[in-house]
Amino acid sequence: MNERVPVLAVDNLNVEFRTRSGVVKALENVSFHVNRGEMIGIVGESGSGKSVSALTAMGILDEAGRVTQGSINLGGLDVLNAPERDLQEMRGREVSMIFQSPRTALNPIRTVGKQIGDVLRRHGSANRQNVRAEAIKALMSVRIPDPERRHDAYPFELSGGMCQRIMIAMALSCRPELLIADEPTTGLDVTTQAAIMDLIKELAKERNMATVLITHDLGMAADYCDRIVVMHAGHVIEQAATAELFASPRHPYTAKLMKATPHGEGSLDDIESIAGGLPDLRAELPPCRFSARCERYEAACDMPALIADEVSPGHLVTCRRPL
Amino acid sequence: MNSNTKIRIIAGRMLQAIPSVFGIIVVTFLLTRALPGDPAVYFAGPAADEKSIQQIRESLGLDKSLPEQFLIYLGDLVQGDLGVSISTGFPVAEELWRRLPASLELTLLALIFSISVAIPLGIAAATRPNSWVDQLCRLIVTAGVSLPVFFTGLFMVYIFYYILGVAPSPLGRLDIIYLSPPPITNFYTIDALLAGDFEVFWAALAQLILPAITLGTFTLAPLARMTRGAMLQVLSSDFIRTARASGLTRSTVLYTYAFRNALLPILTTLGMVFSFMLGSNVLVEKVFAWPGIGSFAIEALIVSDYVAVQGFVLAMAILYVLLNLTIDILYTLIDPRVGLDG
Amino acid sequence: MNEFFKHLRYVLTENPVTLFAGTLFLIFVIFALFGPLIVPYDPLASNASQTLKPPSWDHWFGTDQLGRDVFSRVLVATRLDLAIAISAVAISFVIGSVLGSLAGFFGGWTDKLVGRLTDTIMAFPLFVLAMGIVAAMGNTVENIVYATAIINLPFYARVARTEVNVRRNADFVLAARLAGNSSLRLLATHIYPNTLPPMMVQVSLNMGWAILNAAGLSFIGLGVRPPTAEWGIMVAEGAGYIVSGEWWLALFPGAALMLAVFCFNLLGDGLRDLIDPRRRT
Ligand SMILES: Nc1ncnc2c1ncn2[C@@H]1O[C@H](COP(=O)(O)OP(=O)(O)OP(=O)(O)O)[C@@H](O)[C@H]1O
Ligand SMILES: [Mg+2]
Repeated sequence: MNERVPVLAVDNLNVEFRTRSGVVKALENVSFHVNRGEMIGIVGESGSGKSVSALTAMGILDEAGRVTQGSINLGGLDVLNAPERDLQEMRGREVSMIFQSPRTALNPIRTVGKQIGDVLRRHGSANRQNVRAEAIKALMSVRIPDPERRHDAYPFELSGGMCQRIMIAMALSCRPELLIADEPTTGLDVTTQAAIMDLIKELAKERNMATVLITHDLGMAADYCDRIVVMHAGHVIEQAATAELFASPRHPYTAKLMKATPHGEGSLDDIESIAGGLPDLRAELPPCRFSARCERYEAACDMPALIADEVSPGHLVTCRRPL
Repeated sequence: MNSNTKIRIIAGRMLQAIPSVFGIIVVTFLLTRALPGDPAVYFAGPAADEKSIQQIRESLGLDKSLPEQFLIYLGDLVQGDLGVSISTGFPVAEELWRRLPASLELTLLALIFSISVAIPLGIAAATRPNSWVDQLCRLIVTAGVSLPVFFTGLFMVYIFYYILGVAPSPLGRLDIIYLSPPPITNFYTIDALLAGDFEVFWAALAQLILPAITLGTFTLAPLARMTRGAMLQVLSSDFIRTARASGLTRSTVLYTYAFRNALLPILTTLGMVFSFMLGSNVLVEKVFAWPGIGSFAIEALIVSDYVAVQGFVLAMAILYVLLNLTIDILYTLIDPRVGLDG
Repeated sequence: MNEFFKHLRYVLTENPVTLFAGTLFLIFVIFALFGPLIVPYDPLASNASQTLKPPSWDHWFGTDQLGRDVFSRVLVATRLDLAIAISAVAISFVIGSVLGSLAGFFGGWTDKLVGRLTDTIMAFPLFVLAMGIVAAMGNTVENIVYATAIINLPFYARVARTEVNVRRNADFVLAARLAGNSSLRLLATHIYPNTLPPMMVQVSLNMGWAILNAAGLSFIGLGVRPPTAEWGIMVAEGAGYIVSGEWWLALFPGAALMLAVFCFNLLGDGLRDLIDPRRRT
């Protein structure tokens, strides 16, 4: 069903932030990919580097952030070396992103229709004459009732769920190959969460679009994703097909996550059972950033050059002593 | 939101200005009547004799009770009667009206100068934090509020008139060798253009430039500071990230998205800026012998012409209320959220 | 107290600009206190043979149209200018903070009344209102002080009102209330002292503005009369000589004025950092 063509391939990526209190090593040797039509989940605790990975892939990292190593290939474009103009063309057309708290993610003093129209016109999907009609079509495609009227509404006049639909409409308006959804349902109530996720899934299928779902919610990742990438303190520690990951997690960290939420329900936020917090990313760090919290730790874990192992086809683990 | 609600909100704003105007009228009334001493003596001026004082007392109704006097004062105001200036012998309203265009022409040009420097400067500083533009912005902001406008004005005159000789002599709106253009708007520059007389236009503009820059420099600082702060705040907000993630061009992100949002706090500051401007206007008019209402007030102050001063204070305050009202209305037009929370 | 001085020293050494402003402030204070004792000439003594001399070794800032030494006059004027500004700020501080505290504490009609008063003052362009007040009350130095105080009143009232309002229901206030303290006593001993730090920042930021306003008033001929040495009026007297090239008459008093305002503005920023490091911009 899924053609094996990576839409996004992130390879060996390192990202640092220069801050007043030191250099934050936010990402180290991060590699993952998404194939056409596939939905992958990126899960991990707060601060593990999920958003930074996504923003880097879009080429909209903060000014403080610097890529020190690696490559990103997005639909054939070398993101890290492409001129800004090409990246701008790419964003919103080949790859789109939606964020959490949709109400603040929309311009508060511009009607939602106009905001969609801005994107449509930027990428040549509409012109001055038909922009309104096209924007209304985009609203219709995300099943917004009464799109004519919603077109002229301001974000503050709409509910959070409605705003997220608008965000999706805007993101998908130019039919991108890839959608990155960074915690798209955080802050929405449970029924709305399901509705939004179903909508994303359905639209992705309909358009054979690749999707990256960033979430804290293991249950949600299990329900919707074909593959899952687990991140911890700026490392990708394990990735595998969803069923396989839940059946036989190999990294101690993943195993703990699974044990805490055996049926894949619940969110990482509730997990108290993993000792300690994330290490301070500004400090000197051991090769395995989980070692301080790991029960299986041994002296060998401190040997450098820790690399990902393919333990079975498509199942990668970054651990010296996997389960 | 439809335009009907907007109109209702704007009408509401106008109604809200009424208590301010009333407060202003009460204060200007009290300033001259409720103070110790005999108001009739003030109003009659220092050169008046017993008879004219008595005359004034009767004409102002000073023998009546304070509320009655206030009603008379209100009644006069409604008819546009601000009393008669003792120093010039003309009605104060007429004097002010005749000099208003000179002051407005100066103030408007100063405002244009100030806005067109402060806003780009603030935006540039906000988009490149800690760059040299940002440092320059900081320097201007701190130094700008410390400069006494009469002092800046004088030294502009010294440099550009006395040393460099590029500016005309700082005496009024037009060099005496020119005839003032046929009055239509009473803005000399505009009237000269309407009459097609470019020579007079340049001459009038040349007279305007130094005072306008002087006045504008003083208000530049708060505006630039606010622009920088507001832009920094807006640029770090979520919807700017969305706009960038949608591939919108840098200029769309900066102007259509960021700047329009930053405009709201900037507009609010503009109220304070107008207060500074109308006050400094008086000082600048004195430095450049500008025949506006500020100079009129200073002359009236020197000869203790209270009717004139009272009229001047009232006129400036009403002007200020109108400017604030304009700001409020602009705000209402820009921000769709206005009016929903009360 | 010792702690405070340590912190003060830390802030001063940490931020050289504040240190500079502090030094400048100290110099102004010395001039204000001892000005008349340290000046080389009598600021009022005219000398017909020495009129309009440019700056020289004998007369550092030159001499004016009556042959008076500009340097001595600028220095001596420090006292009057600072005195006007300080008294004005002190008056608006006291009255404004009391009104604002009452408004913030009691709310209701007290709040409405104070709000109306401050709004009415703010409805005027402030310098124009000051002109009107001096004109009405009489053209004297005291009235300059009162006028400057009145136009600054709203700023203090507003700060005090907000500060008191947020503390009105703080835990320590509720505890004191339970212990049976009366309202006014509570306000005076428990809440009001806590509003002082932000008020001090306001004072310092406001001082520069007060000096500018007072000097502006005397520049247009209100309050101070010749031959008194005062920066605003000295600039006004020197203004006429600018167009004939005698720049030193207006430059030096103007520069002193500017420096004083600059110094207070910098101090205000520094003080804000001292009291609230988070608000550093
Ligand atoms: N602009 C920045 N400046 C400095 N450090 C940053 C910046 N952005 C992110 N970081 C650091 O990078 C690390 C990863 O952050 P990131 O936002 O990717 O986490 P996350 O996994 O998305 O967490 P969350 O689930 O809370 O969104 C964190 O340690 C964070 O402090
Ligand atoms: Mg995140």
